[in-house]
Amino acid sequence: MALTRTFMQLRPIVAALGRHKVATLLIVLQVALTLAVASNALFIVAMRIVHLSRPTGTDEAHIFVIRNGWTIGQNATQIDANIRTDLDTLRRVPGVQDAFSSYGYPLAGDGSYISVRPKLKPDQKARGPFAMIYAADEHTINTLGTSLVAGRNFRPDEITTFGPNDKISPPGIIITRSLADKLFPGESALSKTVYFPGGPTRIMGILANLQGPINITRSSDGDSVLVPAHYVDPDGVWYLLRADATDMKPVIAAALKTLQARGDLRIIDPKTGVVTMVQARERAYATDHSLAMLMGIISGLLLLATAGGIVGLSSFWVSQRRRQIGIRRSLGATTGDILRYFHAENFLIVSGGITLGILLAILVNLGLMKVFFPLPHMPLYVPLLGALLLWLLGQLAVWGPARYAAKVPPVVAIRTE
Amino acid sequence: MWGYYVALALRSSARSKALTALVIVLLGFGVSACMVSYAVFRATTSDPLPAKSSRLYVPQVDNFGPSHIWQNEPPPTLSYTDAMALWKAHKASRQTVLYPAAWQVDSDDGLTPAMSMNGDAVTADFFAMFDVPFRFGSGWTANDDVQRATVVVISRRLNDKLFGEQNSVGQTIRLDGHIFRIAGVLEDWNPKPRFFDLGTSDNTGFDDAGDIYIPFTRGIAMRKDSTTYNGCPTESGVYDTSRWDARLTSECAWVDAWVELATPADVTRYREFLRNYAGQQQHLGRFSWAPNVRLRNLMDWMAYLEVTPRASNLSMLVSASFLLIVLVNVVGLMLARFMRRAPEIGIRRALGASRAAIYRQFLIEGATMGFAGGLVGVALTLLSLWGAGGLFEPKIARLVHADASLIALTVLLAVAATVVSALYPTWRAAQTQPAWQIKIN
Repeated sequence: MALTRTFMQLRPIVAALGRHKVATLLIVLQVALTLAVASNALFIVAMRIVHLSRPTGTDEAHIFVIRNGWTIGQNATQIDANIRTDLDTLRRVPGVQDAFSSYGYPLAGDGSYISVRPKLKPDQKARGPFAMIYAADEHTINTLGTSLVAGRNFRPDEITTFGPNDKISPPGIIITRSLADKLFPGESALSKTVYFPGGPTRIMGILANLQGPINITRSSDGDSVLVPAHYVDPDGVWYLLRADATDMKPVIAAALKTLQARGDLRIIDPKTGVVTMVQARERAYATDHSLAMLMGIISGLLLLATAGGIVGLSSFWVSQRRRQIGIRRSLGATTGDILRYFHAENFLIVSGGITLGILLAILVNLGLMKVFFPLPHMPLYVPLLGALLLWLLGQLAVWGPARYAAKVPPVVAIRTE
Repeated sequence: MWGYYVALALRSSARSKALTALVIVLLGFGVSACMVSYAVFRATTSDPLPAKSSRLYVPQVDNFGPSHIWQNEPPPTLSYTDAMALWKAHKASRQTVLYPAAWQVDSDDGLTPAMSMNGDAVTADFFAMFDVPFRFGSGWTANDDVQRATVVVISRRLNDKLFGEQNSVGQTIRLDGHIFRIAGVLEDWNPKPRFFDLGTSDNTGFDDAGDIYIPFTRGIAMRKDSTTYNGCPTESGVYDTSRWDARLTSECAWVDAWVELATPADVTRYREFLRNYAGQQQHLGRFSWAPNVRLRNLMDWMAYLEVTPRASNLSMLVSASFLLIVLVNVVGLMLARFMRRAPEIGIRRALGASRAAIYRQFLIEGATMGFAGGLVGVALTLLSLWGAGGLFEPKIARLVHADASLIALTVLLAVAATVVSALYPTWRAAQTQPAWQIKIN
């Protein structure tokens, strides 16, 4: 009943808007621009949040990393011996659950990674999928807190060494499930052979999930390879440690003290030498975080500004039409009629803005995709959700002025102001 | 008359407080969003060497070939072969080649524990080209470059740490165990962006400058590796040259090069030289493609490498659209405000005010509101910049600052934007028919 009465009013509303073309157009334009900008901004926020909440596949709360530089003049054999001794002592430090040495660590994000493109055949011409290598041993899986979904862990006697200029040719490797699916889609990768630059190697285990050191590739962040070796680089090595407790300060201090007992072998930077995974995550996603926050704040302000504008212009219209409202009231219109009139009018204007805005939003998205490379197509439900929000916002914004209009007494009609 | 119009504006603002406050607050938010983004943008695109940047150029030579480069752009760095050829050719008034390296530093007295520190291997011209300020001593000579001298220029920070702010020129330190004579100590020098080794570096442009500078030739003689990624025209994109000699003769690109060219004629001449050089290499059979060279000056170089964080570009774009939307809003609100005063305008016109007078009055009213909005904007901008640490990543946030020009610009933008948005409402106000307005009442 109320609805049909509202519909019956549409014609006079449209007629009335025709007399305020510019003001109507301004609100339509504003709603359209708001929808275009806010839906794109919020879409970017959502994409960033999805991006930065991806798990590394590790027990981040308990892991910290020590960057251990070697003093000059040590050869590969000495470094390998150092690593073995260090790991033995580190694993015995109270509060340390497990430890291993590697090159880079998840969320390192500073270019410290070794990559490989495993091939399926030795003479394959096409490039294999991009994957990141971790030097690993039999303690790696337990230290990281990830788990095998198939196959077995390395054995202590399988751990060899490799250096910065070596072509890696391990007898066996453990890879993540996402890489396994890329190499062997639809079949089990376990026990299959792939080819590294240094020769063939067998997949002996498959990990549930483990991110590589960089987190900015489009689709390969989770494609990691564990190679059973100590990384012997005269520059240094990373020690990854898993603590029992989340408060890692005492464990870090104890671990550093243990290492400093043989301090002339190594250089650990007092400021940047130790990184917890929590810090690494914060640093690796700092840009995404600030982007999401900025976009969020501006979108919020934008919606507020639009609401403010609607309130302002509606109040103006109400004050301009006091006389007409009075006449309508004295001719029998109820307060409900007046309320509905303004809500319906707002609905009409906002709808106009939304139609234009959805079009604009899609155009803006296409434009942004050209400039900002890793931005996907915006699904249509994003601007539609934005539209819903704007309808709601419009109705809410006009609520005050409409109520004010409904309170206009009929007697205004015969009073001269 | 102007003062009178401002007074009128204030009086009419007092009559419609809510509407006025709305306009001012909206303006404040719109302008401050723009200014905060601009402050970040300004900090990240600032010219690190305003006095010289137009004379500093980065030469690029495509030694990878069409199948190993992206969008026909030569690699950002040079191979050792090309770097040496360009450096030795001396076709520019100054030239330097460099690469970043990390060192184990021991003081000669053995009191300070060994430290790992970063720096660059550079040539003698480096210091003069980039206006590097010295606290003590100076750089080394071109002869030292030729002699592969074991000299070093250290940062003030390292000098303070090892020598306690004393003049250490002539003293020695050990780098990777080798004794180097200190030739100079720098003043605090930390150009932002860190432009000089952008091509090679993992450095995104906002890392601090290093502490150690040694001759490029000495670095090569010591077989000192670059700390960063080497692009190679191989299938995997990484170098497979485990031997140092093979590495120097390989086509892997890992050396940054700079030339100083004073006049446009010099630039043209150098570009011609580069093209000839590449042509010669093609003739010799080293390149199987036509010469593909670039010569970009410092600012173009930073733009090409997209030093400005993408977040900064995007926030600039979004806040500009925010301001645009606010202005559309303000047009509507001004329209409401001015139309409400049709009777007043009618009376003024009837009493002899010209259209021009109405224009002046309402544009000044717009400007007054814009000024108030600008003040709110300044307050909000300062507040946001103060909180920038929470919004931007630390190494960007600490570059961002407010200064007099930013504040002036904020107010100016607010006033200009409001006057522009008041144009249409003012025009409408000036169209008011005096007779019509007087008749109604």
